[in-house]
Amino acid sequence: MQSNQLTEQGQLRHFLTIEGLKKPMLTEIMDRAEQFSGITQRQVKKVPLLRGKTIINLFFENSTRTRSTFELAAKRLSADVMNFNISTSATSKGESLLDTLHNLEAMHTDMFVVRHDQSGAAEFIAQHVAPHVSVINAGDGCHAHPTQAMLDMFTIRRHKPEFHNLRVAIVGDILHSRVARSQIQALSILGVGEIRVIGPQTLLPRDCQTLGVHVYHDMDQGLKDVDVVIMLRLQLERMKGALIPSAREYYRCYGLSPEKLRLAKPDAIVMHPGPINRGVEIASAVADGPQSVILEQVTHGIAIRMAVMSMALGAQQQETDT
Amino acid sequence: MKIRISNGRVIDPASQLDNGLDVFIDDSKIVAIAEQMSDFHADMTIDASGMIVCPGLVDLSARLREPGQEHTATIHSETLAAAAGGITTLCVPPDTDPVIDTAAVVELIEDRAKKAGRTMVLTIGALTQKLQGELLAEMAALKAAGCIGVSNGLSVIKNSVVLKRAMEYAASLDLTVFINPADPWLQSGGCVHEGTVSTRLGLAGIPESAETIAVSRDLILIEQTGVRAHFHSLSSGKAVRLIREAQSRGLPVTADVSAHHLHLCEHDLGNYDSLSHVLPPLRSLRDREQLQQGLREGVINAISSHHQPLDNDAKLGPFAETQPGISGLETLLPLTMKLVEDDELPLIDALAAITCRPAEILGLEAGQLKVGSLADICIIDPESQFECQPRQFLSAGKNSPFSGWLFSHQVCHTLFEGKLVYQRN
Repeated sequence: MQSNQLTEQGQLRHFLTIEGLKKPMLTEIMDRAEQFSGITQRQVKKVPLLRGKTIINLFFENSTRTRSTFELAAKRLSADVMNFNISTSATSKGESLLDTLHNLEAMHTDMFVVRHDQSGAAEFIAQHVAPHVSVINAGDGCHAHPTQAMLDMFTIRRHKPEFHNLRVAIVGDILHSRVARSQIQALSILGVGEIRVIGPQTLLPRDCQTLGVHVYHDMDQGLKDVDVVIMLRLQLERMKGALIPSAREYYRCYGLSPEKLRLAKPDAIVMHPGPINRGVEIASAVADGPQSVILEQVTHGIAIRMAVMSMALGAQQQETDT
Repeated sequence: MKIRISNGRVIDPASQLDNGLDVFIDDSKIVAIAEQMSDFHADMTIDASGMIVCPGLVDLSARLREPGQEHTATIHSETLAAAAGGITTLCVPPDTDPVIDTAAVVELIEDRAKKAGRTMVLTIGALTQKLQGELLAEMAALKAAGCIGVSNGLSVIKNSVVLKRAMEYAASLDLTVFINPADPWLQSGGCVHEGTVSTRLGLAGIPESAETIAVSRDLILIEQTGVRAHFHSLSSGKAVRLIREAQSRGLPVTADVSAHHLHLCEHDLGNYDSLSHVLPPLRSLRDREQLQQGLREGVINAISSHHQPLDNDAKLGPFAETQPGISGLETLLPLTMKLVEDDELPLIDALAAITCRPAEILGLEAGQLKVGSLADICIIDPESQFECQPRQFLSAGKNSPFSGWLFSHQVCHTLFEGKLVYQRN
């Protein structure tokens, strides 16, 4: 049942997860994004690579940033884009996920960009689409968010190109974070020196170290001498599940204040996948401060998504040509 | 009708018989197990050369989906599957719709099963009304109607006072209580074992403490009330340890394990394979080893199918949204015998775990070959190599994760009360 996200020639067909990809593939995505980021500086920000292609943004979960960067990326590649926001209540009216999918597929779609609140949803969709259709995972439950991870790697590379020397800390709710899982995999594949995760045990998955990370419950210790600090968004509903006592206590223990940031290397960069909760996981002074690269991440999101989309549809093109 | 099963290797785990003999059947009963029987003129002779002749299988838990979910499966379809699986006695848990909490539902199931006439279908009555865990079910009436035990099915009784009184009441009626141990809070929202795989796939985990807390609480109440109790479908090594300890203290406690938990573990989820979505979840390799160990020691007394037929749609979707359950009637025997092939279990013990030992838990004479007892017999071809093909199942549920597995023990005949109810093509 395993859907292979690579074609027989080893090219990207779907982009579902970072897991299992090799370093040259990740590097190729970043290199290609580097080329595209030149385009976004130009007066006419368009290339005709995907002219005539139809891309559907299939979002079963709310998103502003991710959906709009995917949309912009597709438009800059000259593709036709449609957005479908399907709240979970709509599918619970009786139309199954597969019904929805096959209906949209009947509109001669070339690519689905899928976000869903269930882990494995993108994988499931990739297993059931027609052979000529590509699926890009824009976030599935707590499992993976591979384009986010790649834009983060791209951002890190721009500032700190020598991955093997780096010490990276990911702070916060790792348990529910698809971003963290994909980042950890990407950092490992790229050969980062040390990956740390920092959080209370309630927000770390069981046997967390099997992901290849060092676990810290104390933020002061965990931040010591790191080159990159990645903060995760704390969903405010986590208080309800008795995972943490309050936002105040969370900030006290795991919020990135200017004082805590001083424990990291002086030239450390601060990242966040957004949207940020100011005063909950990060102080405004840090989010807007000189070490923050949070807005750069958003900009890079467009180039990375252009890279992934063009690679996946390019590989499809080749398969149909041969 | 007089039937002679000739030249087979007759194995009866209850009496430790393992010998080349013939079995002679007259009408519904076994009249002799011997080399010869004078004055016996068989109407039908089944040549069992090279075959194993053993008691029909006894399965402690199989959901047939009738009444309530006839669109998924029926007593008709599932008893066909049972016969094909060599099963001649099976127990239906009370979580049908309506729940087995009145004599009327018991009678309905028994009537339909009798009409089908392929396997003995026994009912396990409800412990509480509508399985809601609040008011006691009319257990005396259920027992009188034929229930062989009581259970709250997959709904856990959260209120310990209700559970204690339900056990006391069952004890005064000499009824065995069947328990699916799960802490409702620790299990809630989870769909896989909490461990490396749930961490990797980002699926909500169910820790083994969901099982051990429930087993511990229930054992304490079993000790206090003196009720006879049976734990269904253990999944963790730590629960086996708790049961072992309770048995060694002399508590009247037995346990079973599903055939799939003896062969699969969390890693078989692969890339979100919903066919491996089952509750309790498939746990770690170490848990699986400890379940096998518990079986070898006899702490776990029986292997059950925990048959849960589902339609195809139920397994189509993102993993956590699919329904848990495995269609197991037709793989109970080959999976059990695979333990013998893998040198995990001696042949006679493996057969005991699916015949006389579950029968003993039910307080029945079934599951053995004895002169004078009902002729419920399974004839197995031990040399057949075949590939498991769920699409070919007679069960309406094709939901099996064992597709493509190679098995070597195939049922070739099933006799139920002296009647041939299944014959391999």
